[in-house]
Amino acid sequence: MSDNDRKQFEPRIIAFFCNWCTYTAADLAGTARMAYSPNVRVIRIMCSGRLDPQFILKAFREGADGVLIGGCHPGDCHYQEGNYKALRRFTLLKRFLNMMGIEKERIRLEWIAASEGDKVQKVINEMTEQVRKLGPLKLEPASQLQPQNDRVSRVEPVTIAEGEAS
Amino acid sequence: MSKPKVAFYWCASCGGCEEAVVDLGPDILKVVEAVDIVFWPVALDFKRSDVESMLDGELTVSFINGAVRSSEQHEMVELLRRKSGLVVAFGSCAHTGGIPGLANLFDRKAMFDEAYFNVPSVVNDEKTVPQEEYEAPEGTLTLPNLWNTVKTLDQVIPVDYYLPGCPPPVNLIAEAVSKILKGELPPRGAVLAPDIALCDECPRKETKPEKMSQKQFKRPHEIMIDPEQCLLAQGLLCLGPITRKGCGAACTTANMPCTGCMGPISNVIDYGMKALSAVASLADSNDEEEIEKILSKIVDPVGTFYRYSLPASLLHRYYQPAAQGGKQS
Repeated sequence: MSDNDRKQFEPRIIAFFCNWCTYTAADLAGTARMAYSPNVRVIRIMCSGRLDPQFILKAFREGADGVLIGGCHPGDCHYQEGNYKALRRFTLLKRFLNMMGIEKERIRLEWIAASEGDKVQKVINEMTEQVRKLGPLKLEPASQLQPQNDRVSRVEPVTIAEGEAS
Repeated sequence: MSKPKVAFYWCASCGGCEEAVVDLGPDILKVVEAVDIVFWPVALDFKRSDVESMLDGELTVSFINGAVRSSEQHEMVELLRRKSGLVVAFGSCAHTGGIPGLANLFDRKAMFDEAYFNVPSVVNDEKTVPQEEYEAPEGTLTLPNLWNTVKTLDQVIPVDYYLPGCPPPVNLIAEAVSKILKGELPPRGAVLAPDIALCDECPRKETKPEKMSQKQFKRPHEIMIDPEQCLLAQGLLCLGPITRKGCGAACTTANMPCTGCMGPISNVIDYGMKALSAVASLADSNDEEEIEKILSKIVDPVGTFYRYSLPASLLHRYYQPAAQGGKQS
């Protein structure tokens, strides 16, 4: 990729923010008119502990260049320990993604409390720049992996009535 | 009317699935009585031209095992698809990629380098590697093209049913064959195995603690495994909670943890992620460093959680930032 391409590349980042802290913080950043880079698409989840790692792979599969996860600070989880579960999964997931050749800068977990609108701004801007430097994530084209079950060339099965089989 | 015609074929597999068919034991005679096996390279001397000369749809069912990773396998499964009414993906490799699917952690060049140059027992001073075409005095000799990426059967051709397992359990094979013969099949695309997690039929089910957490994960060779207690509760990475039942809990009965060959239950998209999620959340700590330490005992997350399903995963293969634009298959 030339420098020129890289300048034009706008990363797509999917952010999973928990309802009680980080999403509220993003809201605060908005009402306080703190500008942050528009590359992030926020998905609100009730708790960072609800974040199934399948969602993260799905985001990458469907074209995300990075995934940001935001939850309450340790000890502050609305559901007592959801964010700890998120941390455990994230720890192993990070190692897994590394083994699969996906750069560690493409995934980030941050604890952002409801009052930390400025942290939302800072984290999003930082991550956008990091991912911009890495360039787009181009997994193998999804068209190659679609189950072929909808293909029309299939022959109708020969139905065998009972009794005929013997 | 003549007997229904059946074909067996193998792609990238170890031959264990063929063994499983033979494992039907005396029951195989009933199968042979009911159907004509017209193609089975491992056991019977039929040729590709025999299949080519059949009418489209003439085969009632083809049981295809193994992942697809070469041009030859691709041609053969396309041919069998055309000639068959039903195609059953037979075994883990055809279903979700299986052990050969772990080759998706590398690419073709890395595999060739390893096999033909780097293995200590290999002496290859002339740097000979297999060529796809070779001009011999007698004419051009060809070999199939080995793909960069291993694929599941349904990523290559439409598949009607799946028989999971490594190899599929004998009772499920017998059940599937009888369902096909009687025409009592579930909706197309179904996995021909119960849709409940393995724990349901595990003899250790009763010993599963109400709340599970682990300070230390262990590997089977590191401990004396208690033959009665839930394996996950003993700190072993038993993937039973995420895996489909139907095998009769063969491994856990034999004092070994489940490795997940039966694949996911139907509401899971990505088996490995679900397994990773379940296992990681067991780590008994809230401290970042300690969590890191506990989970560091899981030395190979890809091989552990995607042992049988890397090609069927959402990521599908190792991502090579440097090799973008290269030929992938």
